[in-house]
Amino acid sequence: MPSIRFRLNGVQTEVDADPDRSLLDILRGPLGMTGPHFGCGSGECGACHVIVGDRAVASCDTPLWSVESKEVTTIEGLGSVERPHPLQRAFITEQALQCGYCVAGILMSAAALLMRNPSPTDADVRAALDRNLCRCGSHNRMVRAVLRAAAEMGAQ
Amino acid sequence: MLSPGKVEIGQGIVTALAQIAADELDVDIGRVQLVRASTAASPNEGVTSGSLSIQQSGRAIRQACAEIRQIFLTAAAARLGIDANALDISDGTIFGPGNVQTSYWELAEEISLDRDATLEAPPKSAADRAFAGRSVPRVDVPDKVFAHPRFIHDFTLPSMLHGRVLRPERSRASLAELNENDARAVAGLVAVVRDGSFAGVVSETEHGAEAALGALRKGATWSAGEALPDENDLAAFLKAQPVESTIIDTRTSSKTSDKQRTMRRQFTRPYIAHASIAPSCAMAQWNGDRVHVWTHSQGVYLLRADLALVLKIPVENITVEHIEGAGCYGHNAADDVALDAVLLAKAAGGRPVRVQWSRADEMIHAPFGAAMAIEIEADLDTQGEIVDWRHVIWSNGHVARPGRAAQPALLAGTELAAPFPRIISSNPPQANGGGGDRNSIPLYDFPAWKIESHRLLTMPVRTSALRTLGAQGNVFAIECFLDEVATERGEDPIKFRLRHLRDERAKDVIRAAAQRANWKPEKKPGTGYGAGFARYKNTGAYCAAIAEIEGEQDIRVKRLTLAVDVGEAINPDGVINQIEGGAIQATSWVLKERVRFDSERITSSSWTDYPILRFSEAPQVQVDVIQRSDIEPVGAGEAAHGPVTAAIANAVFDCLGVRIRNLPITRDSLVAAMELAS
Repeated sequence: MPSIRFRLNGVQTEVDADPDRSLLDILRGPLGMTGPHFGCGSGECGACHVIVGDRAVASCDTPLWSVESKEVTTIEGLGSVERPHPLQRAFITEQALQCGYCVAGILMSAAALLMRNPSPTDADVRAALDRNLCRCGSHNRMVRAVLRAAAEMGAQ
Repeated sequence: MLSPGKVEIGQGIVTALAQIAADELDVDIGRVQLVRASTAASPNEGVTSGSLSIQQSGRAIRQACAEIRQIFLTAAAARLGIDANALDISDGTIFGPGNVQTSYWELAEEISLDRDATLEAPPKSAADRAFAGRSVPRVDVPDKVFAHPRFIHDFTLPSMLHGRVLRPERSRASLAELNENDARAVAGLVAVVRDGSFAGVVSETEHGAEAALGALRKGATWSAGEALPDENDLAAFLKAQPVESTIIDTRTSSKTSDKQRTMRRQFTRPYIAHASIAPSCAMAQWNGDRVHVWTHSQGVYLLRADLALVLKIPVENITVEHIEGAGCYGHNAADDVALDAVLLAKAAGGRPVRVQWSRADEMIHAPFGAAMAIEIEADLDTQGEIVDWRHVIWSNGHVARPGRAAQPALLAGTELAAPFPRIISSNPPQANGGGGDRNSIPLYDFPAWKIESHRLLTMPVRTSALRTLGAQGNVFAIECFLDEVATERGEDPIKFRLRHLRDERAKDVIRAAAQRANWKPEKKPGTGYGAGFARYKNTGAYCAAIAEIEGEQDIRVKRLTLAVDVGEAINPDGVINQIEGGAIQATSWVLKERVRFDSERITSSSWTDYPILRFSEAPQVQVDVIQRSDIEPVGAGEAAHGPVTAAIANAVFDCLGVRIRNLPITRDSLVAAMELAS
């Protein structure tokens, strides 16, 4: 089995697996990371979004081989209770979820947006999150939370 | 420790229940530990549905905690030698005059709470509550934002195996032949399970289970499917089926009617999918003749009852434990996948098996919200006032939940070699809010009416409970019809409603929404405004909605302005969150959603074929909560759907001059309606 190397949340990682398997499958399976969620398996819902380089991608639709030598960030690498990312703080402040199953993917899409565009407009945020589905109807709270995080990061 | 029988389904209920407990006990909310519902220890509170958790569980917790407080005060009084009335409690510390004190924790050893509540301890008055009425942050939000495992999908049990179930693409096709050889050759395979048309695989890994399922699918030969109705003429199908007919309500007028003419309109709504973001998931583990099940079902006891029917073992041999799933909007596949896991785990040699459905199976095989055809006929007098009103519904029943009948309602039960029949959905009685007839009795002061419901006795498309049951369809029909009557009279539709309502709480939400939306803003080209109102189940939350839309061929809902009255809002931000979410979900139903099918297959098997509202399409939503601290609280989760649906449809008329009476309101339906009108 070929070995694929990439950096995962800042840590050099090596996986021996069929390179055609999806990144999500590897993350949730052998690597035991349950943050990225399975929603559809075909890149249509965004629940599995992770950041590869500086782009949010659907990890269910990303073959393992394609992240060779790349930087992969999952929700686990975004922040922690002790060191929350401003987005995580803002999502708590705005109570920006109902069930929260989609949130890990949405946070990663939002984080990728803020890497590219530190001061997005409401429309920018909606465009960046348009590949993420939320069934509970928490869209507007999430947009407010992303704008709040951007403002906080800009003020620093 | 607070152990409710109701479960978290993304609605924030555990936080609201913790607030109620913390208030009555005088402890900080952080001290309240929620215990997940399980048939091993939790009270049997039936199913978490119908916006009833605050009413039922909340009231029980309030009573029980008030009594616990009193029990401890009595014990503290005895220990301290002080009259109980002189004692007070602050975050669990009980203190009295002269700096004497004890606490819940000091007294806990000597007090047994293992007794039935007497209901004799009076709960606090609204003014004395510290947490209820405040927007306390939800207890589950940090875990979800930091991705700490909280969903059943993220749990792992020691030595856990993975299972997948093979389901037909064609509706109710049976498995004629199954070549298992290729599946058995997949690395990690533990077992291929087959019982009639139920077939699945168990593997050491999730990846292996997926691969084995793929191989099994190639080896399967299915019979033809059962015929499905014409998706483009649901009303004709619904009206042509054998039905059970019920007169829901009648009102007769002593006055002789001076009917001048009759107005008759037909409304329809399609089948609607739950379309949870997570596919359903469960785990099961056998130990001899006992089985433990982990599930995101809305009703652990009800699921247990159905599992016992299928397995033919006593309920005592089954433990069903709740773990959160993704947002749940009614009876989805949560219960079905639990039986799948139980059946596959039989072949796992005592190891736990985790089963997760595919996106396609979730979209095809989970029960749908029932399609409806509704006819309203009103007799109008010379002034255009309604003198008689007839409302007739054709629909499948709206509930086929587990645990309610002598037959199981679980999907795999219908697939076994010795199958159980598919349960035909029924409707709860009006006293419980009704089903297809929910919200069909007008709240307006029409002098006479007759409400009739025809429940289908056939069910080619599997239906069961979806948020609001029939209320979304009925409120859509009533509120659009009224809008049309008011418009024909040349009367403002808000004034028309206020003139025909007697309930001040109803009028207050309508007035509040209208004021907030500056009703009725000046007409601009390409913009329209519409209103809708209902009191959910006619006994629950009052909600009024005003929609502002833009559009010509494509409709965009720009803004929704809502006012809601749930009585005492335990967690006002929780209420706002539920109403906002309901309003956006309803917008999605209205503009996009319709289960698609051909003559024998459900074809909307992916998000491409069953699109839902996206971030760029979500309207702005403003919610005013009318707080009434001294009125018993009711739930908020289903209050917005009907009013929002009607408000959007009425705004479409205001904008484009056409009445859309068949949901969803899409470019195609607009073009068809305009052609019909011209």
